[in-house]
Amino acid sequence: MAKFFYMGGYGFYVWTAYGIAFIVLLINVLIPLWRRRSLMRDLARRQRRERGGNDSTT
Amino acid sequence: MHRFISQWASPRHFYRLSGKLLPWLSALTIICMLVGLVGGLYFAPPDYQQGNVFRIIYIHVPSALLSMMVYVVMAGAAAVNLIWKIKMADVVARCSAPLGAAFTFLALVTGSIWGKPTWGTYWVWDARLTSELILLFLYLGYMGLRAAIETPETAARASGILALVGVVNIPIIHYSVDWWNTLHQGTTISFTTDNISTSMLVPLLFMIVAFMSYYAVVLMLRMRCEILDRERKSRWVVQMVEGG
Amino acid sequence: MSSQDAPVTAAGPRRRRPAAARSDALRAFAGLLRRDLVLAFRRRSELANPVLFFVMVETLFPLALGADNDLLRAVAPGAVWVGALLASMLSLEGIFRSDFDDGSLEQIALSPHPMPILVGAKVLAHWLVTGLPLILVAPLLGLLLNLPQSAFAALVLSLLLGTPVLSLVGAIGVALTVGLRHGGMLLSLLLLPLYVPVLIFGAGSVESAAQGLPVVAQLYFLGALCTGAVVLAPFAAAAALRISLE
Repeated sequence: MAKFFYMGGYGFYVWTAYGIAFIVLLINVLIPLWRRRSLMRDLARRQRRERGGNDSTT
Repeated sequence: MHRFISQWASPRHFYRLSGKLLPWLSALTIICMLVGLVGGLYFAPPDYQQGNVFRIIYIHVPSALLSMMVYVVMAGAAAVNLIWKIKMADVVARCSAPLGAAFTFLALVTGSIWGKPTWGTYWVWDARLTSELILLFLYLGYMGLRAAIETPETAARASGILALVGVVNIPIIHYSVDWWNTLHQGTTISFTTDNISTSMLVPLLFMIVAFMSYYAVVLMLRMRCEILDRERKSRWVVQMVEGG
Repeated sequence: MSSQDAPVTAAGPRRRRPAAARSDALRAFAGLLRRDLVLAFRRRSELANPVLFFVMVETLFPLALGADNDLLRAVAPGAVWVGALLASMLSLEGIFRSDFDDGSLEQIALSPHPMPILVGAKVLAHWLVTGLPLILVAPLLGLLLNLPQSAFAALVLSLLLGTPVLSLVGAIGVALTVGLRHGGMLLSLLLLPLYVPVLIFGAGSVESAAQGLPVVAQLYFLGALCTGAVVLAPFAAAAALRISLE
């Protein structure tokens, strides 16, 4: 197992590269997911406000 | 065929169809990535010359490949938008740009990390790394121009022209950088031995497929957000928001 | 009703004979070229700016790198080309700016003449006023940087072929950013990747000549880039202008 992480002495390079790749790929997935959630929340809030305004008797 | 295209060109249908495709493509991405990683990190034997550090290839090559493929997709989509004024094409272009830039960045970083033990320094003006750096500037220029123009329509078309000019220039840039590099560097450095063995090649192919379907997945995720934003006033979005 | 005139029928004005349309376009080209040159010469003090910038940049290199003649000879080909490129890029912004500000650019876009031809006229005027002086001054600056004798011809030829490409391709970038308020830095970012091949082959040819090697290949490639730019760039710039003017 340790030999796997050691990578024949190149462990630092291999795992840094893979680590950065993992982070970049993960961030790119999380950004649209997060944006979607905040977008839906924002749209829901706006629609509630508009509906509330339409229902009011003023 | 026409019906097929017009379905994808409609934001609402794209949203529905992409929603159906996403689980499958996500599964494909994860499976291919697992197979590729296990094969590349565990089963593939160490390289004769470079030892274990060559395993960076399984991230570097797919990133570099995707960085160029995404630019072509982006330019093609921009052309479709310019010629036929299909807004969904512009959504493809707009959402692809940051992804392409991310792949380019990844190719540069992994290439640089790979370079340190093999060439001695973190940065070498190798033909491929230099071309990738210029590609990054092309992406940043596209995104910068889009951000600088206020009207979305104008921004889409102006950056579309830029993307097309860029795509025409990419082969020229590659050729000139390659020529420049062979002149100044002498021997071309290849990343692996000439006859790459099957046990090394197969995981690479899986990783390339994994990256491609990853691009499709994330592109769809971004496009769905963009569609919700642009179509926020339309009935189907309102109903969906109310229901959810 | 004579058919020599262009009668306006119910279907719309009949188009003029092709030969007449061609000479119309040529006259428009010449007219716009002359107008831009006259306007440039009215602001004579500004004409010297690109050249002065070029000279200043070349003076900076020895100051920054040290006065060692051998080092300067080694970097001279690249240093002169970089200076010419920067001077050209900086002067490009003015190509459409003043016309955009006072509305003449819209008039040019609305005219019946083909826009690529009109854009070509403006680019040619710009190159005559900025590119050509840079080419004339370059050998002098090469002398300052201890450029070998053998490289002077290559320097002039490569700049002669290369600076039009810089102006033509640069015009596309300027056309895309002309509507923006702070387009300057963005313009440099847009143009840098497109300028790379010109720089590589331009400086490369001077470097080869300095070492006594043949330069035909680089010059042919620059010639190809120049021809391609002359043919294609005006169309791209015209399209970009139309978009920017919306």
